[in-house]
Amino acid sequence: MNKDTLPQRILEVERLSIRFGGLLAVNDLSFAAHDREITAIIGPNGAGKTTVFNCLTGFYKPGVGRIRLTHADGRDYLLERMDDFRIAREARVVRTFQNIRLFAGMSVLENLLVAQHAALMRASLFSVAGMLGLPSYRKAEKIAIERARHWLEKTELIAAADEAAGSLPYGAQRRLEIARAMCAEPVLLCLDEPAAGLNPHESLELNELLLAIRAETGTAILLIEHDMSVVMQISDHVIVLDHGAKIADGSPQAVRADEAVIHAYLGTPDSEDLPPDLAIGIAKAGR
Amino acid sequence: MDYFLQQLINGATLGAIYGLIALGYTMVYGIIGMINFAHGDIYMVGAFISLIGLMVMGALGLTFIPLALFLVVLLAMIFTALYGWTVERIAYRPLRGSSRLAPLISAIGTSIFLQNYVQIAQGARAKPLPPMVRGSVDLIHTGNFQVTISYLQIMIIALTVVLMAGFTFMIRKTSLGRAQRATEQDMTMASLLGINVDRTISITFIIGASLAAVAGLMVTLYYGVIDFYIGFIAGIKAFTAAVLGGIGSLPGAMLGGFLIGLIEAFWSGYFSVAYKDVGVFAILVLVLIFRPTGLLGKPEIEKV
Repeated sequence: MNKDTLPQRILEVERLSIRFGGLLAVNDLSFAAHDREITAIIGPNGAGKTTVFNCLTGFYKPGVGRIRLTHADGRDYLLERMDDFRIAREARVVRTFQNIRLFAGMSVLENLLVAQHAALMRASLFSVAGMLGLPSYRKAEKIAIERARHWLEKTELIAAADEAAGSLPYGAQRRLEIARAMCAEPVLLCLDEPAAGLNPHESLELNELLLAIRAETGTAILLIEHDMSVVMQISDHVIVLDHGAKIADGSPQAVRADEAVIHAYLGTPDSEDLPPDLAIGIAKAGR
Repeated sequence: MDYFLQQLINGATLGAIYGLIALGYTMVYGIIGMINFAHGDIYMVGAFISLIGLMVMGALGLTFIPLALFLVVLLAMIFTALYGWTVERIAYRPLRGSSRLAPLISAIGTSIFLQNYVQIAQGARAKPLPPMVRGSVDLIHTGNFQVTISYLQIMIIALTVVLMAGFTFMIRKTSLGRAQRATEQDMTMASLLGINVDRTISITFIIGASLAAVAGLMVTLYYGVIDFYIGFIAGIKAFTAAVLGGIGSLPGAMLGGFLIGLIEAFWSGYFSVAYKDVGVFAILVLVLIFRPTGLLGKPEIEKV
């Protein structure tokens, strides 16, 4: 895309609300994410960030609202109406989880091939050609393995390709989750706290990986993160949620100076219960 | 020694049949964590479809036995798979996401339904079939005892080995097999990566039922007599085989099937034919007490 033109709007969430019993988890939320941008969603615990992801990927069906995803070719997908596997397969929205969810008993390479299942099934005519080892299937599998190899190299996991995914160290499992998501060729990649549990060095590497993904594929990235060093350094756009509603929306600089955000994170001046790690994160970022 | 060898051959034949049925149990358990108690009756339906198929072939005047058997295997697999698919669609899928007990009860109900359905449709009397595959090979000839392996036994063992090899290849190497294993490990995540979980589960039932259909045909040919109740005892024995091998483990089901067949053959050979089932089910009790995860099953370790 030309640098002069504005990035295309790829995801548009309009007036999204979801209620669990008496709790309004997401309250009249509207936001947009753009092509070739990293959009961060931040907010205190329980603000509804993960719930938004669950709505995007079809895990929850929102009571109210519209989630529209637009591909580069102009096709529109209304995600709130689609089955979860179709969201991944057709709309190409892929997510990772806060707690790692790899297929622990399968090898690293197999994890990446599972993400390309839909394409392989088409090539194999529902495994008939796969069983017979026909050339069309072998070719499709070769392409799939090439793609897997590419992302393994990007995430520095190529040496572990044949190991069981569950036996990898924690940081490597985090990277493998991102590699697996990228093998599904997402248009929108949703990462739920990818830096959780990483040491400072590893989260620096994560920053580079995400920037490389954006530069190479142009995939729009939606990011939930508590680690402010990640959020402030790489995001183009920050959305702040509190109690299910949006309280700020803008560039990282604008958001960190925002009164409402500081209030949400640090409470009123006489508040007793500060969340200490977040307070420090915000204070650092504000320096 | 000769007698031992003869029982080994008989046991392996029986074990091949149990192994094929056990695969269906273990696959379904692996993927949706449910014991499909109707699977034994699916096998019984497979046996009846085989019997009908063989009679149709006879009526059509198809006297070339290998071709007739080949066609009957195909027919039985297709129609039994249809039963397996329908059972999953009607009795299990609507209950997915409810408590674990609900599909189990539904499975027992389905089992009773299938038995009664076949009893009404086909009559309660045992159905005989004249032996179709005759002839045998004498292996050892000493005095008045000879060790023989019949062509039918060779066919049963060979077909089972081929099916198991093909099946293992499918699970290990094809995209469908990977999708099944992924669904088994984390259904939600598999779905979020674009795998149609419902269809994958349907395919699992279809494969399990068509393997059971082959077992049904083999039993029809081997014993020459079937009735609407054969699914119960064979089903429980195959289930025992799956548990012995480690439920959820595919090589375990095959190994367990062969072991149960051998145990049954040796028990009837050296102790008592009348109490052969006691031997088999004593094994089930002992496995559950001393090694609940079976021979090849992995214990479920929850990381904290």
